[in-house]
Amino acid sequence: MAFRTNVLVCAGTGCVSGNSFETATALEREIFRKGLAQEVQIIRTGCQGFCAEGPIVIVQPDGIFYCGVKAKDAPFLVEEHLVKGRPVRKLMYTPPAEKSPIPALKEIPFFAKQKLVVLRNRGVIDPEKIDDYIAVDGYTGLEKALGMTPEQIISEIKRSGLRGRGGGGFPAGVKWETCRHAAHHRGVEPVVVCNADEGDPGAFMDRSIIESDPHSVLEGMIIGARAIGAKEGFVYIRHEYPIARQRLLKAIEQARDYGLLGKDILDSGMDFDIEIVQGAGAFVCGESTALMASLEGNVGEPRAKYIHTVEYGYKNRPTNLNNVETWANVPLIINRGSHWFSEMGTGNVSDNPWNGSSGTKVFSMVGKINNTGLIEVPMGITLREIIFDIGGGIPGGRKFKAVQTGGPSGGCLPESHLDMPVDFDSLTEAGSMMGSGGMIVMDDQTCMVDVARYFISFLTEESCGKCTPCREGLRTSLETLERITQGKGVPEDLDLLQEIADVMQDCCLCALGTSASNPVLSTLRYFRDEYDAHIHLRQCPGGVCKDLIEYMIDSEKCDGCHACTRVCSSQAISGEVKKPHVLDKTRCLKCGACIEACKHEAIRKVPRSHAA
Amino acid sequence: MPRMSIDDLKKIREDGKRTLTMRSGHARAKVTIHMGTCGISAGAREIMSALLKEIERMNMSDVIVTTSGCAGLCSREPMATVEVAGHSPVKYADLKSDAIVRILREHVAGGRIVTDYALASGCETTG
Repeated sequence: MAFRTNVLVCAGTGCVSGNSFETATALEREIFRKGLAQEVQIIRTGCQGFCAEGPIVIVQPDGIFYCGVKAKDAPFLVEEHLVKGRPVRKLMYTPPAEKSPIPALKEIPFFAKQKLVVLRNRGVIDPEKIDDYIAVDGYTGLEKALGMTPEQIISEIKRSGLRGRGGGGFPAGVKWETCRHAAHHRGVEPVVVCNADEGDPGAFMDRSIIESDPHSVLEGMIIGARAIGAKEGFVYIRHEYPIARQRLLKAIEQARDYGLLGKDILDSGMDFDIEIVQGAGAFVCGESTALMASLEGNVGEPRAKYIHTVEYGYKNRPTNLNNVETWANVPLIINRGSHWFSEMGTGNVSDNPWNGSSGTKVFSMVGKINNTGLIEVPMGITLREIIFDIGGGIPGGRKFKAVQTGGPSGGCLPESHLDMPVDFDSLTEAGSMMGSGGMIVMDDQTCMVDVARYFISFLTEESCGKCTPCREGLRTSLETLERITQGKGVPEDLDLLQEIADVMQDCCLCALGTSASNPVLSTLRYFRDEYDAHIHLRQCPGGVCKDLIEYMIDSEKCDGCHACTRVCSSQAISGEVKKPHVLDKTRCLKCGACIEACKHEAIRKVPRSHAA
Repeated sequence: MPRMSIDDLKKIREDGKRTLTMRSGHARAKVTIHMGTCGISAGAREIMSALLKEIERMNMSDVIVTTSGCAGLCSREPMATVEVAGHSPVKYADLKSDAIVRILREHVAGGRIVTDYALASGCETTG
């Protein structure tokens, strides 16, 4: 008998860490107990994107969205919704400022404004079943491509305007074409590579794509291999993504089984296979030349860019490297046509892919935002729509301060830029960049100098050390920024930071170095007043830099409830119960536990009195 | 598993169509069986089984079946609502297994409302 209802339980890493596997098992047990096993099926799907509200469960075809579903909720949910047909209100999503829940998935603003292209199958298919992927027209792109010539495939990709989604924004069709020509010209067989190293802090777009729909990446690579003439492919995936790697491995095995990878694919005569190679925790290995060095078994160090990897790459062979999201777009472009793709987004790319940003982009929204999670939106949507309509605004009623895009290579954009369209060129002009799609939202309790310091410290650790401008430039920038956050900065420090940034932009060997200046330069450009406050006034306006603030208990608001005393790990707070408490600044570690525990907002961060 | 040809993939696609259509929540027609305590005690679950078996037998892939709570007219349960894209929903009452099968064949597949069991067409207004 056909299943009349599918219960889709999110099994992306985020929800799994919230015990969604237990939720799924509990639901299955209840379904069986209630005699519904022939009618209702539980499917473990990929990331639904609304990660802040996990574990997520969606009931189709009803279209009801449930969030925060634990194993103990299973009996009630099954009895009420699946047996009696009464959706459970207490498990539905209620927006922060509202009282009533929104039952239907497509009415929740987070979902309503997105346009799922790459992520179209998330939450719909079981990523570990190839038949599910095939049933949603999976591998029809490949079927079509096998009937096209390589030149025709490349032409379609060029006309679609697809630009690299890993951060470079280079037109994929042009890259493929150059690689194909190089291979032909040199008489050397090319190789295709998928960059799944995703090192930007806070970015999890590629992880989710692989966890939700691994076959879409494989199909893209097979089509690319046909276009370029490659027989070998690699997926370089970072070590920190075990679930994604497992799903990808399973997908590859299933594809091989069905004859979609290996020899004579779908009786076409084409041979192509893919191997997974694991990274080992180095951010720099996301850089194309360092990645290829690592792939060869060498230390992940980049090399000069005037040697193009499309001509001399992996083992000196013509190598076409693209990001996970770029590959995942390919099957749809072939299937639905370049025109369908180029109609979305900005600019007019049909004659020149550099003329705009077509298609959609997947972003991971993290930081001070209500709806933390993964979204996909058409290029050209404004930052305001992303952050406020989809993201639900800033939690706690706080004020928006900045949004950081593009990871450690990107920059911070202030409120004045909220109505800017999000696309490759606008972001670069404003001093940031698209990057791979990480978006970190910041509120008025963020210190922009500390943000710059954080990214520089990250890059300092991750720098491979091969070239002096990067190695020494980052080290000195970090020392300088640390001194500023400690209240020991001098005005000349800003000139030094600027000078180092300029030199690094011109002279570093790879993009880790040349773009390392972006966080510093963009914060200097838009938040100069914060740097000045740190240097001249020894104050931290955001209340973050520990050496420049101190904690204080407001005796008028404190009612002596002892909540703070209990959580203070350094015994810095003292006082009798029901009498205003007192904070000993010399013992205070400024960890913030007391502020979180206090229900009366009686503890505040104030500028440090330097006389003391 | 054996190697697939393009035709084999096509077959998998066809077989999976019903499930994946249902999972996306889109379909040409939707049949809602009213559950709730009254519906269940009047036999709604048997109606559901009969309907699903018939859908399977007729190999229909563009119909989704869902449940809802009590429709309000408890004395006329079991009840079902049929919505076909582009038409007003129709409420059926006093159903038995053979009735729902007839409704599936004549209304959902054939496009003709089964007046013997039809209660009303349209929706209630909500405040």
